[in-house]
Amino acid sequence: MQDSGIQVLFQGINFVRLLEGLWVSLKLALVSMAFSMVLGFLMGILMAGRNRIVGFVCRVYLEIVRIMPQLVLLFLVYFGAAKHLGIDISGELAAVIVFSFWGTAEMGDLVRSALISIPKHQYESGYSLGLSRMQLYRHIILPQTFRRLLPSAVNLLTRMIKTTSLAVLIGVVEVVKVGKQIIDASRYENPKAALWIYGTIFILYFAVCFPISKLSTVLEKKLQV
Amino acid sequence: MDLSFISAYTPMYIEAAGLTIRIALYGIAGAFGVGILCSLIKELNIPVLKQLAQIYIELSRNTPLLIQLFFLYFGLPKLGIVLSSETCAVTGLIFLGGSYMAEGFRAGIDGVPQIQRESAYSLGMTKKQTFWRIVVPQAVATSVPVFCANIIFLIKETSVFSAVALADLMYVTKDLIGLYYKTDEALFMLVVSYLVILLPISLLSSYMERRVRYAGFGNTGIVSGH
Repeated sequence: MQDSGIQVLFQGINFVRLLEGLWVSLKLALVSMAFSMVLGFLMGILMAGRNRIVGFVCRVYLEIVRIMPQLVLLFLVYFGAAKHLGIDISGELAAVIVFSFWGTAEMGDLVRSALISIPKHQYESGYSLGLSRMQLYRHIILPQTFRRLLPSAVNLLTRMIKTTSLAVLIGVVEVVKVGKQIIDASRYENPKAALWIYGTIFILYFAVCFPISKLSTVLEKKLQV
Repeated sequence: MDLSFISAYTPMYIEAAGLTIRIALYGIAGAFGVGILCSLIKELNIPVLKQLAQIYIELSRNTPLLIQLFFLYFGLPKLGIVLSSETCAVTGLIFLGGSYMAEGFRAGIDGVPQIQRESAYSLGMTKKQTFWRIVVPQAVATSVPVFCANIIFLIKETSVFSAVALADLMYVTKDLIGLYYKTDEALFMLVVSYLVILLPISLLSSYMERRVRYAGFGNTGIVSGH
């Protein structure tokens, strides 16, 4: 075969380096997702509650996150923190802060809608069977909430993974940055490297996200109440 | 905050915002077209094309826009296909948005209960009449919130275009921070610009959602999520 440039993937440890880069992106996504799950749960419970002021504050927070592009938030934290707090936070930290901030809002909204979708008679039946509040939540409300929540939470994970690709724009050395380094290093002996490297990164992202979104669809069908 | 700096560079932001809006408009219109095409192919059950549409939808939904853009902008020229930044941005946005729009249409059409069609047929309506007079109006009502969400989503996604050297809002901001260290002013104008673009659209979309809630019949099982 004529020089197609595909050998760039097999030279040295190039492919392994790409995978390592991908792992950096995935780690960012997983850490942010973990924070978002915990904080989002709290926020969802707060939003489903009846306190007007708390509800309003959460609403404003949610709208801010919904309206501002994640990249703008990244810039705000990355450049803003350096200037005002006088600390030079790393790109990774900025990314985790912003993606958790974003994920918490999304997760909070999911938890809220799962909670309010539990019909009132479930509570009433629980109480009339003599369950305590703790027992009611432990055995009746939370299991149903989880079932409703799981597919959309899994879906949020794929969105989180896709969103973490933005981290390269504030200087995090992840899969795209590694790809660029490989392309630059082989600029002369392999001018077509860019096609294969970016093509591979595209496929890698797909290989990660596709099974997760399929899982979300399957769960949705299986757990339908 | 340096107000004279802000007023001096406002025209630059307005120009960049104009660019963002223009690309978003082309992209959204294109995505709409691709979405209709894909859902028609699926609705009419055309073999081969149906599978291709499905592959496209999965590829588009499971990869980040940024990576799609990098491939278009840096990868394709190696095959002799050179796209300008703007073409790249519009193509990327259509590629991404098309699948979301298609899913929106599909969810709308699938959301119309089968009994609606059966009732229409038993009233003597033809297939065409049923589709246009019974299915479409109800499908639109359930799709509108999804479309509004998609439009906002796509406008937000335009923020990554600076990565393919397009002089958009992010690009200008980064430039000003790099050149003059006017971090506060630049970031402030960035946030204001996006608010000015997105807040009216967000408000308008919640208004629209309320207006078209005629076919909900109480079951507002609308799935949002990208």
